[in-house]
Order: sequence, then C-alpha cells, then structure tokens
Amino acid sequence: GKNEYDLLVIGGGSGGLACAKEAAQFGRKVAVLDYVEPSPRGTTWGLGGTCVNVGCIPKKLMHQAALLGSALKDAQHYGWNISQPVHHTWSVMAQGVQNYVKSLNWGHRVQLQDKKVKYFNIKGSFSDPHTVRGLTKAGKETVVTADNIVIATGGRPKYPAHIAGALEHGITSDDLFWLKESPGKTLPSFILYISLECAGFLTGIGLDTTVMMRSIPLRGFDQASHMSKKNQICFTTQQQMASLVTEHMESYGTKFLKRCFPAKVEKLKSNRLQVTWKNADLNTEETDSFDTVMWAVGRVPDTKTLNLEAVGVKTNSETGKIIVDDSEATSVPHIYAVGDITEGRPELTPTAIAAGRLLAQRLFGQSSELMDYDSVPTTVFTPLEYGCVGLSEEAAVQCHGSDNIEVYHAYYKPLEFTVSERDATQCYVKMVCLREREQRILGLHFIGPNAGEVIQGFALGIKCGATYPQLMKTVGIHPTCAEEVTKLRITKRSGLDATVTGC
Amino acid sequence: SVQAHKEEDNPQNTMEVNGLTPMPDSYDYDLIVIGGGSGGLAAAKEAAKYEKKVMVLDFVTPTPQGSSWGLGGTCVNVGCIPKKLMHQAALLGQALQDSRKFGWQFTEEVKHNWMTMTESVQNYIGSLNWGYRVTLRDTKVTYENAYGEFVGPHTIKATNKKGIEKLYTAERFIIATGERPRYLGIPGDKEYCISSDDLFSLPYCPGKTLVVGASYVALECAGFLAGLGLDVTVMVRSILLRGFDQDMANKIGEYMKEHGVSFIREFVPIKVEQVEEGTPGILKVTAKSTTGDQIIEGEYNTVLLAIGRDPCTRKIGLDKVGVNINEKTGKIPVNNEEQTNVPHIYAVGDILQGKLELTPVAIQAGRLLVRRLYAGATLKCDYVNVPTTVFTPLEYGACGYSEETAVEKFGEENIEVYHSHFWPLEWTVPSRDNNKCYAKIICNIQDNERVIGFHVLGPNAGEVTQGFAAAIKCGLTKEQLDNTIGIHPVCAEV
Repeated sequence: GKNEYDLLVIGGGSGGLACAKEAAQFGRKVAVLDYVEPSPRGTTWGLGGTCVNVGCIPKKLMHQAALLGSALKDAQHYGWNISQPVHHTWSVMAQGVQNYVKSLNWGHRVQLQDKKVKYFNIKGSFSDPHTVRGLTKAGKETVVTADNIVIATGGRPKYPAHIAGALEHGITSDDLFWLKESPGKTLPSFILYISLECAGFLTGIGLDTTVMMRSIPLRGFDQASHMSKKNQICFTTQQQMASLVTEHMESYGTKFLKRCFPAKVEKLKSNRLQVTWKNADLNTEETDSFDTVMWAVGRVPDTKTLNLEAVGVKTNSETGKIIVDDSEATSVPHIYAVGDITEGRPELTPTAIAAGRLLAQRLFGQSSELMDYDSVPTTVFTPLEYGCVGLSEEAAVQCHGSDNIEVYHAYYKPLEFTVSERDATQCYVKMVCLREREQRILGLHFIGPNAGEVIQGFALGIKCGATYPQLMKTVGIHPTCAEEVTKLRITKRSGLDATVTGC
Repeated sequence: SVQAHKEEDNPQNTMEVNGLTPMPDSYDYDLIVIGGGSGGLAAAKEAAKYEKKVMVLDFVTPTPQGSSWGLGGTCVNVGCIPKKLMHQAALLGQALQDSRKFGWQFTEEVKHNWMTMTESVQNYIGSLNWGYRVTLRDTKVTYENAYGEFVGPHTIKATNKKGIEKLYTAERFIIATGERPRYLGIPGDKEYCISSDDLFSLPYCPGKTLVVGASYVALECAGFLAGLGLDVTVMVRSILLRGFDQDMANKIGEYMKEHGVSFIREFVPIKVEQVEEGTPGILKVTAKSTTGDQIIEGEYNTVLLAIGRDPCTRKIGLDKVGVNINEKTGKIPVNNEEQTNVPHIYAVGDILQGKLELTPVAIQAGRLLVRRLYAGATLKCDYVNVPTTVFTPLEYGACGYSEETAVEKFGEENIEVYHSHFWPLEWTVPSRDNNKCYAKIICNIQDNERVIGFHVLGPNAGEVTQGFAAAIKCGLTKEQLDNTIGIHPVCAEV
C-alpha cells in the first residue's frame, strides 16, 4: 500500500527538526519521532535534542554564569562597590536555565504544529525499510510508514563500564544540567572538550572541581581517528592550544590530575563518593572523596534500539555510527542519516542543521546541492574560550610539509583585562598559511574572550579563499581583540618574541 | 658636514645655513613627524626600522579647563582607550544585574565610584605614555615635548612648555597633528563646559550631565555615563550619527532611550551660566528650538560638548611652506600616497580630507607611507571597506556601505538587504530585550550578490565585525555566506 508520510524523521534534535521543517515547507507530509531514554540517573527532557536540552544551550548559559562571576570581580576594579563575600546559588541558575530550555521545547512543538509536522513522542525501531514501529509511554503501539526516512537520533554519553561503581554512582552531562541541587565538589573525568567546558564553569561558580585525565587534553577524540583528513575538526590535535586552555584553567582554580586512571567509585556512609585511581607517573594508587563524579569519556551513537540490522543499514563496526555518502544516504535506498549519528562528520549543531535542510531540499525541492563540511568553524567554551576554523598546525604540517607552511602568531592582552588586572598569559592567536605565492590561509586559532564572535567572520573569509595579504590589508577595529588577527606579523619560524606591545 | 653641524648645535648657525635652501645632506633629520599620536608614532617607529634619523614632536595644548596629557595622541589619552574602558565599566554594571538571574547573590544596592574607575583608567594610560617614550628611545627616535610649526620649507620651530624655541631641519615631514573638540561659540561654553578631552580625567563625578551633540562621541559618552548610574540627557540638533546608516542610528537611539538616557531633539544651546560653583557645580543651560521660537532651560552638574572635532592645522605655519588646507574644514587634502601639494611634506590621520578618522587607518597609512619612502614599497593604504564600531550601550559594528549610500550608488532595485533580529543567548535567562539586537547585510544583485555592506547591533559588535570585514575584503558573496557554517551558540552566527 501507499506510505503514510513522504518523510519520517527519527530523532527530534538539531538535524532532525531542521530536516522535517524544511521538508514541510515544500508541502510534504512529514512526521517526527522523538524519544528520550532516561539516563541511568533518571534524567529526561523534552523535544529539541542534545543541543537544546543537554548540550550547547545549557552549557553556554552556565558558562555565562561563570563568566559573570569573573565580571563581578572585575567590576570592583572599575569602580563598582559590591559587598563581600559574593555567593552563587546553583538552584537559582539551574532554574533560570531549565526554564529557558523548557521554553525552547515548547517553541519547537509549536513550530512543528504550525508547519503541520506530526510529532510522536515514541521510541521507534525499524520493521522494514519503510516502516517504523514504537511504543508510547502509555504502552500503545504506533506504526508509521514513509517513502523516505531520516535517522537523526544523535548520541548519548558513554559510561566507562569497566570501572566499578561508574554507572551506579557517576553522572554525565545528561544529568549535570538538570541537577536541582549543586553538584558540590566535582570530579569530571574526561578526554573531550565537554569535560573542560563543564569543569570550567563549575569552577567559575565557586565549586571545588578536579579534572582527571588519562593523557593529553583534547586528544584522542575518538571520532577524529575515523574522520578523513578533510573533515578533521581543527582542535582535535591542537597540542599547543589545548595546553594554553588548560593552563588558564589551572590558574583559574581547576585542579588537574594528569595521567591518572580511575579504578573504582564507592559510596560512603556520608553519601559522598570515594574515588580510587592509579597515578601512572608515580605508579601509585590514590584516593579522594567527592560529592559528584561526572563522566565525559565520549559519546556513543544512539542506534542500538533502532533495529538497523533488520533493514541492512550499515554502521562502522568500531564506532557504531551510520555510514553515509556525500548526500547523507545510507546503504539502504530511501534511508538517510544526519547529525552526530553519522560517520566522519563533525558533531556540531550547525552542521546537522545545514545537512538536514540541504537533504530536504534535495529530496523535495529539486536541489542538487551537497553539504560542504570543509572549514567548519567551532568554539570550545572554556573559561578562556578557544575558537578555530580550518586546519590545526599539526594537520597543516601533515598535509603540506613544515617547509611549505608559515605560522603567524601573537600573545596579546585584551584591553579590558588591564584595569581589572587579569592574567592574559594564555591569550593567543595563530594563523597557519601556505608559504607559496598566494599565501592562502589554512587555519585560524584564537584563545581569548568571545572567541566564537571573533572567529565567525574570519570563517567566512576562509570560505572565500582568504590569503595572508588580504587579511593584512583589512584594517583593524580598535580597540578589540579580533583586530589582533589583522596585526599578525611574527612567524614561529623567526623565533622572535610574539608578545604584542602597545598600539 | 652633518657631523660638524651637529657638534655646533647652535640655533643661530642653523638659521644662517637655512636662510638659503639647505643641501640635502645637511639636514638635522631624515624625517620629522609633527604629532605623536597613532599615525605619527607608527610612521616614526617604522622609519627608525630603516635606520632613518627621525624626530617626533608632540605637544598638548591644555583644554580651556586645564586638562592635558602625555605622549600617544587622542586614541591613547582621550579617545578609544579610556572610552572603551569606561564603556566596559558600564557593561559590567549591567553584568552585575544579569548575574543575579544566573545565581549570584550580593547586596541589592550597588553603587559606582567614579574616582576608583578614573584612577585605574588614568594609571593604565600613564603606563602607555611611558611605554611609548621607552619604545621611541629604544628605537632611537628623538622625541621632544614641544609645539612644532613650520618656519621655512625644511625648517621647524619647536617651542616647549617653558617657551624655549629650537629650530630643526629635515628632508621630509609628516604632519599628524590630529584634531581637538569643537566649542559652540556661545556665552559660557569655554568657561563652564567640558569636552571628551576633560571627561576621562575628570577629578570628580560629573553627576547630572547634559551631552550636547549626536556624534558617536556624544552617544558613547552618554551611554557609559548612564550605565554608571548617572542622570544623562542628550541634546541633538537634528539627526543621530550623521554619515552612519540611519536605520541603525535610530535603533541605537531607541535602545538608549529605553535604557535611561533622555533625548532633547531639535534644540541647540544658546548660553551656559553658572548657578553654583563646585566639583561639580550647577550649570544652567538655555536652548533654542531649531524649528521654531521655543526656548527651554535646564540645570545640570556637567555640560559635555561633543559636537565635532577640528583639525590642528591652522597654527602650525602651513601657510609659510605653502601646504594647502581646506579653508572651511581645516583638513589637508592629500593624494593617494598621503602627499600634500608640497612634495616633501606628507600627512596622515584625522587631519586628512576625505578619509576616516580612525586609529587603525592612521597607523596603516603611516606605516605604508614610510615603507614607500624608505623601503621601496609600493603598497598604498587601502581605505575601502574599513570596518568600524560604535561602542554605545548596544554596540554597532559596520563595514562597507550604509543602506542609504548603497541605494544612492547602485539603485534600490539592484540591491538586496537581508536582515534579522536576534536574541543573544546570554540575554535569555536575565530576560533582557528580545528584539533589539539586529543584523543586516546589503548585497549587490548585479555583482553576484556580493556583500557590500555589513551592519550588526549587539554585544561584542567589534569582535563580530572584524572577521566579516576580512571576508568582505575577499569579495564575499551571499552564497558564500550561506555556505558558511555558524558557530553555535554565538551572536555572530546570525
């Protein structure tokens, strides 16, 4: 028989909703399935996916709360008289953030309704290439059929299953943003940027925070090793930049336990958690107690319950991610995938949205435009933010050879740090260019306040094939941090002191 | 002969030799720069790199109120730097209010102390003045704190604070004397009013302030004064931010109005009288309508004039050496190599006719000029698509054409304007305005929808605009913009 819908999207996150809404614009019959399996701690949330509920949005808001804490300190230098001591109350912040997120959930539901997209709050799984069935919370079974299906179920945080007590006593980012009470003394254990961002804002709001890391920060980003060189996220192998970011965090108050491997987590009578770990450098076993242990050891694609084997959708055996081609098509005709679930793509909201929209335009709008994953800019919202676009220095060397690239760099001091006597040691910008005639810019990296705002426009320039001479012809805006990019003159090769001095 | 000349160091001898046209190799200096501001210092330091003998003359004539400052020019002392720092102080006041919604707790009443802020700002400026003197010394540029004026084709008379005069000769000169605030020419203006030259070092809180003018200086100052908790009124003769995109200018004005700044439109002051002495005292301002006969009066602690700036070109002896200036404006016309009508005399910075009054432009022009003079370079300063930012409470960044100018130049049917309001994520939790931030781009339909104008109103507008300016330099088109992925969640992704 005929399929009920033109398009069924499984997963109501950034990619899924963008695809669904775009398809609806073409007058198509569209349905969206969204379901949140509660975390081991029981946390759950509404429509919108990771970004809205347990990702970008609450993360940036809590990062802002931490930045405001610094602003309070700065303000005194600028003449504001504030009574000491200043307190932070987690529940006030959490409520503000959670209320905003809920308004977004609501907004998404209204949008789907306005665009006549049918929304099912069910957990779907494939019965055949055009049929998905699922159970509502009440236990009622629903069957949906569609000509085209897009899988956009995203990912969920991984638990280190081999560590005793990890699952029972630890939380993840899925839980952190929904805590009603303060996490207290926290130990985020990490490899990814998620952990640094969380550790950063937890420290910023006054919590005793320790980060435990196996090796070098911002390295071993699991997905990176499976990405083609072309799609490599710029910050994954950024040794220098990662060091600067973590150095700043250390001076800011976050504790780091480097080269330590957690062994077990036990609950104490006081309800606190006792963590035991192996210190690889000293070859000793150490222990300490915390109020909260948060795992940020990677995210896994949410494909297990989809029953992909039944329809033959191929996944990468190591990562579990769905393999797609340039047009987001899976190994099964009429089944597509977008977002964090796809192999070899950056795990970012804007790329998922763009890919979802373009897919809908190709399916229903006679477009043939493919998604361009090249030069995707991104930002890590640590206390001192890190924004980048294009190739890392290491990747550029790997691609072109160190003789063929030139790296311009500078240590600068944001004007606003002067009066507030803030340490700007790690404020840094570097640009990686080809050395040959045109000197095309391969990558730009910036550590400092508002890194995202700074990098965005330059990402456009790089998309236009910007060259070093063109950037040098661009007049700076004074006084800003971004102007430092237009003032880059010292190369790493020269060995000269790259500290900016005065106007 | 230069050596012997040096050892003498007798002004009288110099005069004798310079009575006739001196021989090139008997000049005291290769280059004398008059004005130690952004443009002048950049040029001087660059020339020193090529081992040229350079002198910088810098002198600050005190304001009518007696304010003065050190080496570095307008930007460092009474412009960009103190302005941005005080703007930051105001932003921090807003941050304090936001922070409560993000869980921070402290006393309800928060007050601002003007003296604490001003001292910190002045200390920082002092360090910059010092830094410049050290740099000049290290790069072997001779610096004199003296007022320079031409007395002959290759001769400058330098008069220091004590009135002692010295004469110096050079092969080439760069005039970079910048500008100073204009006064109204009404009774009481010089006696009782202050300007931006005084504001940043004012040794007392200005209190209830009337800002006269609608320039970016007026709006920026009014903005931060209000942000610090002061009662501020802006008196505007006609439109806001003349020369800027008016759509954006009006939005800036609206925002300021909604955030505590009063505006008196279409009035000009006709006299200022002192009601009470003090620091601050009380002043009475009488103003007349520009559209009728209505007269109004008001009392303020401080009256800040920000009606424009005039170039310092009328009293530096330009007539003696035949350098043309625009008689009406005082600005110096130059060719595209910053050369005046007198071949060996150049000019950079705010005094140039038809160029933007911005620090980075002056620096760029100064450096490139010197490279052309002494390093065989040919690159000229690119004045096209220079980005700028107005640091009003809601910041405004722009690059390229305003909507009006684009329509005028290309025709309304040939341009497309894409626009959007946006709500910065950081404003959601504290429930700040959700429809004030705004961005628009103007595209030339006939040229592949090339982006010819970029405008953004929102936090960190300068940081946002800088990169877009670089992209516009690279010939950005709408399609390329659409194909660029946004960084999430930041304002710039809009």
